[in-house]
Amino acid sequence: MSAPTSAAPIPVTVLTGYLGAGKTTLLNRILTEDHGKRYAVIVNEFGEIGIDNDLIVDTDEEVFEMNNGCICCTVRGDLIRVVENLAKRRGSFDAILVETTGIADPVPVAQTFFMDEEVRKMSRLDAVVTLVDAKHFLDRLGDAPEAEDQVAFADVVVLNKTDLVTPEELREVELTIRQLNPYCTIHKTTRSQVALDAILDRGSFDLQRVLELDPHFLEPEDEHVCGPDCDHDHHHHHHDHDHHHHHGHVTTHATDVTSVSLKGGTLDPNKILAWITETTQAQGPNILRLKGILSFKDEPLRYVVQGVHMIVEGDLQRAWKDGEPRESRLVFIGRHLDKAALEAGFQACMA
Amino acid sequence: MPSTTPLSLTGYVVWTGYLGNVPVFACGDGAIALGTAGKVVRPHAGGILAAVASDDGKAVFTGGDDGKVVRTDAEGTSTVLAEKGRKWIDQIAAGPNGAVAFASGRTVWVIEGNGRSHELTRPRAVGGLAFFPKGLRVAIAGYNGVGLWFPGTAAEPQELEWKGSHVGVTLSPDGANVITTMQEMALHGWRLRDGQHMRMTGYPAKVKSVSWSVKGRFLATSGAGVSVLWPFHYKDGPMGKAPLELGGRQEMVTAVACHPGEEIVALGHEDGMILLSRFSDREEVLLHRPNGAQVTALAWSRDGLELAFGCDTGAAGLVDLAG
Repeated sequence: MSAPTSAAPIPVTVLTGYLGAGKTTLLNRILTEDHGKRYAVIVNEFGEIGIDNDLIVDTDEEVFEMNNGCICCTVRGDLIRVVENLAKRRGSFDAILVETTGIADPVPVAQTFFMDEEVRKMSRLDAVVTLVDAKHFLDRLGDAPEAEDQVAFADVVVLNKTDLVTPEELREVELTIRQLNPYCTIHKTTRSQVALDAILDRGSFDLQRVLELDPHFLEPEDEHVCGPDCDHDHHHHHHDHDHHHHHGHVTTHATDVTSVSLKGGTLDPNKILAWITETTQAQGPNILRLKGILSFKDEPLRYVVQGVHMIVEGDLQRAWKDGEPRESRLVFIGRHLDKAALEAGFQACMA
Repeated sequence: MPSTTPLSLTGYVVWTGYLGNVPVFACGDGAIALGTAGKVVRPHAGGILAAVASDDGKAVFTGGDDGKVVRTDAEGTSTVLAEKGRKWIDQIAAGPNGAVAFASGRTVWVIEGNGRSHELTRPRAVGGLAFFPKGLRVAIAGYNGVGLWFPGTAAEPQELEWKGSHVGVTLSPDGANVITTMQEMALHGWRLRDGQHMRMTGYPAKVKSVSWSVKGRFLATSGAGVSVLWPFHYKDGPMGKAPLELGGRQEMVTAVACHPGEEIVALGHEDGMILLSRFSDREEVLLHRPNGAQVTALAWSRDGLELAFGCDTGAAGLVDLAG
């Protein structure tokens, strides 16, 4: 008899969204529908879930700063404990779902899965899924900065309660989501009836997997949406970005959070990696997410990078394919981003 | 190599210890295994998150994800001491005269041997619990320090402050020092007579296991490829003194247990290897070969001739040092 060795990391889905966006409905579906997976669920208001399941744990969100002098190195202490406790019950569940309170900042939740070594060994962050209430989202943006952060930080946005708004209103909400976060996947739905495989087991933080799932993840989706400084009309042709139209612009909402997309040719690896480190060190608190696919000089493999605040992970991935343009793309989502400075810094790293 | 009696348990071994002469293992799947003949009791509805032997060594207290605190003796007779509904009881400590302290979230409870119970709510979640060796006094670790509480008195806990998240706590056997393990991969200590701070840093991983050597001369710790043993027998404790480093592998030490009578320590590693190391000359004896499972629990028998161990996969066993 050989002793079993330590198993593969357990995927963790983080479910965020403002109060009333439909999180509890979605959670109940995940707990009751037949999808072949057993979830350990970490919630904050147990009372709302009317399901008896010994793998549901109620915990008080406890955000603290790591004592390393960095103000953005915040983690959720309660999550560290719960995940360590779940490690003792390995084998009785396949995946973990973390529901945050409506007003929660999703960043400490995500950082917990990168900053704590034990947690990192045992689990891996799969995706941040944010529910948005189509009817109330635009009002929330005005009075709740958390609503903005939750969308800006998301890998997947479930745009819920679409039956409660007109097509025009829905379009405006969608545009605003795109303005905050051009690269998330958006699923429009009612009563949280999104297909579960669209939100679970996404591999959004897996450098190896992201691009296999969607090779165009760094290109805006087909419904290209204008940012605040964009002056063209919408068109629905794939990847045909001739920016020549000047009319019909939908007014976007003034938000603190913006995104900056950088694009260029082949880079000097030393320069660009140093620059990313410097930039994230200096502007970490303002950078919510960054993602990139980079082409390095004399390197046949693509370099993939992703980050949360100051935590940046990168790795050489698969080879560039024949005929695939050797382009570097890097996207920042965050507050008070200086687009011109980022652009200049990026361009200075070209090989 | 000393002979080993292997045991195959059903879950992650949270704790092991001896009740009298009976080796007992508490597992994450809820099983309490008693002895070597396969006797198992399951007093919890779910899993066991924390366990500790009572101060008289006759029973084990377990905290579960069913909100229960249970006392189980060497015969396997269980008594439910407390039920806290949906709370996960993940911190537990044993005190004088049969007392037990346990915690969930921000709440600490103490149940004395005579049945009197006490409750305290802390400002932040409880990271660790430990009784003082004498008197009914509990050290409660948490964010930014430790509270020292006399259950049953109206006095506010005495606060020992140090910035950061304290995730475990232990008292030196003479009751003079409070030592915490920290999220920030360090230990912190307070000398109680004058509040002197002690910082013990340099770990590449979080310290999850600590053990006081005989007479409290050294505190052995996990959290590195060696076991770092901090000397507490000097007048000023470990400050300014080089710690003893025992073992020394690529693989991390994950569990430590000092021998009850000699200055030797058992070191369990993340790959299942267990080494015995002597303080005086660092002489080592291999007790268990790597099996790919992390050693999560270690305990010596009372006479110090047998070592019980358990791993995260349920692999466990008894190493006979006399044979």
